[in-house]
Amino acid sequence: MKNLRSLLRTVFLWELLVGLSVTLRNLFRRKITVHYPEEKTPVSPRFRGLHALRRYPNGQERCIACKLCEAVCPAQAITIESDVGADGTRRTTRYDIDLFKCIYCGFCEEACPVDAIVETRIHEYHMEKRGDNIMTKDKLLAVGEKYEAMIAADKAADARYR
Amino acid sequence: MQWIAAQWQSLVGVWVALPYFVQVTVQIVIVMMSVIIAVALLTLAERKVIGWMQLRLGPNRVTFFGLRLLRGWAQPFADVFKLLLKEIIVPGRSSRLLFLLAPLIVLVPALATWAVMPFSPEFVLADVDAGLLYVLALTSLGIYGIILAGWASNSKYAFLGAMRSAAQMVAYEIAMGFALVGVLMAAGSLNLGEIVRMQAGGPGSWNWLWLFPLFIVYFISGLAETNRAPFDVAEGESEIVAGFHVEYSGAAFATLFALPEYANMILISALTSVMFFGGWLSPFQGYLADDALLAQPGFFWLFLKICFFLFVFLWVRATFPRYRYDQVMRLGWKVLIPVTLVWIAVEGVLAWLRVGPWAA
Amino acid sequence: MLVEILFWSFSAVLTGAALGVILARNPVHSVLFLVLCFFNAAVLWLLIEAEFLAIVLVLVYVGAVMVLFLFVVMMLDVNIEQLREGFARNAPLGAVIAAIMVVELWYVLWVRRLGIELPGATAPLPEGYSNTGEIGAVLYTEYVWPFQLAAFVLLIAIVAAIALTMRQRPGLKVQDVAKQVAVRPQDRVRIVNIPVEREP
Repeated sequence: MKNLRSLLRTVFLWELLVGLSVTLRNLFRRKITVHYPEEKTPVSPRFRGLHALRRYPNGQERCIACKLCEAVCPAQAITIESDVGADGTRRTTRYDIDLFKCIYCGFCEEACPVDAIVETRIHEYHMEKRGDNIMTKDKLLAVGEKYEAMIAADKAADARYR
Repeated sequence: MQWIAAQWQSLVGVWVALPYFVQVTVQIVIVMMSVIIAVALLTLAERKVIGWMQLRLGPNRVTFFGLRLLRGWAQPFADVFKLLLKEIIVPGRSSRLLFLLAPLIVLVPALATWAVMPFSPEFVLADVDAGLLYVLALTSLGIYGIILAGWASNSKYAFLGAMRSAAQMVAYEIAMGFALVGVLMAAGSLNLGEIVRMQAGGPGSWNWLWLFPLFIVYFISGLAETNRAPFDVAEGESEIVAGFHVEYSGAAFATLFALPEYANMILISALTSVMFFGGWLSPFQGYLADDALLAQPGFFWLFLKICFFLFVFLWVRATFPRYRYDQVMRLGWKVLIPVTLVWIAVEGVLAWLRVGPWAA
Repeated sequence: MLVEILFWSFSAVLTGAALGVILARNPVHSVLFLVLCFFNAAVLWLLIEAEFLAIVLVLVYVGAVMVLFLFVVMMLDVNIEQLREGFARNAPLGAVIAAIMVVELWYVLWVRRLGIELPGATAPLPEGYSNTGEIGAVLYTEYVWPFQLAAFVLLIAIVAAIALTMRQRPGLKVQDVAKQVAVRPQDRVRIVNIPVEREP
């Protein structure tokens, strides 16, 4: 009896029909696609995207050229040169991040004693020509200035867990 | 209304006055263009249906004239233009002539087979007596293009794909041929139009009822013959990259891979409808009055049946994982061919006892 | 007139392809020339309204036999230089055999004619005449025994070929697919209910 049943199942392709019914049911279910440029999935405040250099509220650069980020960077994407600034403090003269080398691990952010280098939640950026992949100090500071409100909010949201 | 009727009359007049070969040429061009446009829409339908079955939406961006309603409909045309504008790269040390000839060898049989397809009671391009044999002969030719594409590419993966394809086609062609022998026994004719006419009298008298195993075998062989999932081992992108068409690009890729594969899918669907599901016969014949609109035979019914089988093609692709290669061969030689042989014997007994379609 | 033009052009291609079969350096090209040959022969048969034979030629030879040929030729690494080595030595013998065959053909076709009166052109067949039906009728009535016998011989050949190549080596790890398919989850999987530890 059991053999007969399994034989009939084989002959009438029962299991194939079960599989087909699964896909057919899914054909009519609600689609879960997110229409990307119009709709976006929520992004965590911890998201590690494009880098930025921050300033203090009084406009002074946070970065003190301690080179901890350069040392910790596993991909060796960061290059720093420093000199004594006009006010007698140590400042970076060069702060380059190669976005092609960067693996977006966030170690630079962890290593920074003054919260100067951060990774923002910006992930929709692109390069149009060679050399654009190097984020120079000016570019990093510009990103930081532009999105300071967002960065500050993200850091505040995540502060509890650090 | 009258004006339209008058215009129509004059158009018919012009048509009748044309010489015979011009009429035939125009008909052939119309059929080929319809098939090619159907192929374009089928590629879209494939991506849409499989997308829906995976809870996605499929292509929904490219549109005609910015109309929101037609979002996604222009996708196949965008794809075609992209492919046609791309460079055809001929690999070094390949056999150049054969490399460029192979796509055409695949394409020609895929389009030429439509010559004997009975589209409606009145319209068939060539009413050949040996139509079924013609179909079998031509469908067995497409494989040359695939083998040559693989061989001429001078690439290991393409060659492996070609080998697989050759062995698979030979195996499934036999099963397919035997399934059609069963149809032949039921219809008593090799003429496709005649085969359809023999099935007149509603769904109960179509061939599928008495030839059910053969219908299943034919459809499965059809999947294998068109190199469709789950039998797309000739492509096998996860094992041999893309099989026989790894080295192809641009227009050669479009004519080698996309057009014939989808044209053959439509062809197999049409043949399944014609052989087993009464072609252009209405499914309401025998249930409604003979003069009811829905009971009339016509191209519309064939179109609906083709659409259904194409949907099954896509449905199967969205459902089943690819066969392992030795299992494909096992299924072809050890399962499908014996099934057809047994059923042909059963049919012989049925015909001898005069039951079913052999009652008269 | 049109038929004659077609006949001569297709026979020219046929002869050219036949020459290509023996002259091509690459064996794969030879096989493809042979396919072209078969095609042209089929067209010539179509011209004398033998559409059944023409289509069967394409179906059987081009569609199946030549595919296997191509398959094998592509797999083998044929060294054409080695094959051509003894050509000059054996050429006289080949020429003699070719001459004998030409004479035989001439004798059969022009002298004996096998008792058939060859007409200049075939008369157009009557409307509704089915070549396929005729052949079927002849095959299954007049020649039914030779036909079945030939089929039987072929069947024996198939069985013999399979029997010769089928070896059952011991120790092969071949799966029995039917057994694999018949397996149910309850045959292989035991679901064990392990008591959960108390939450800390």
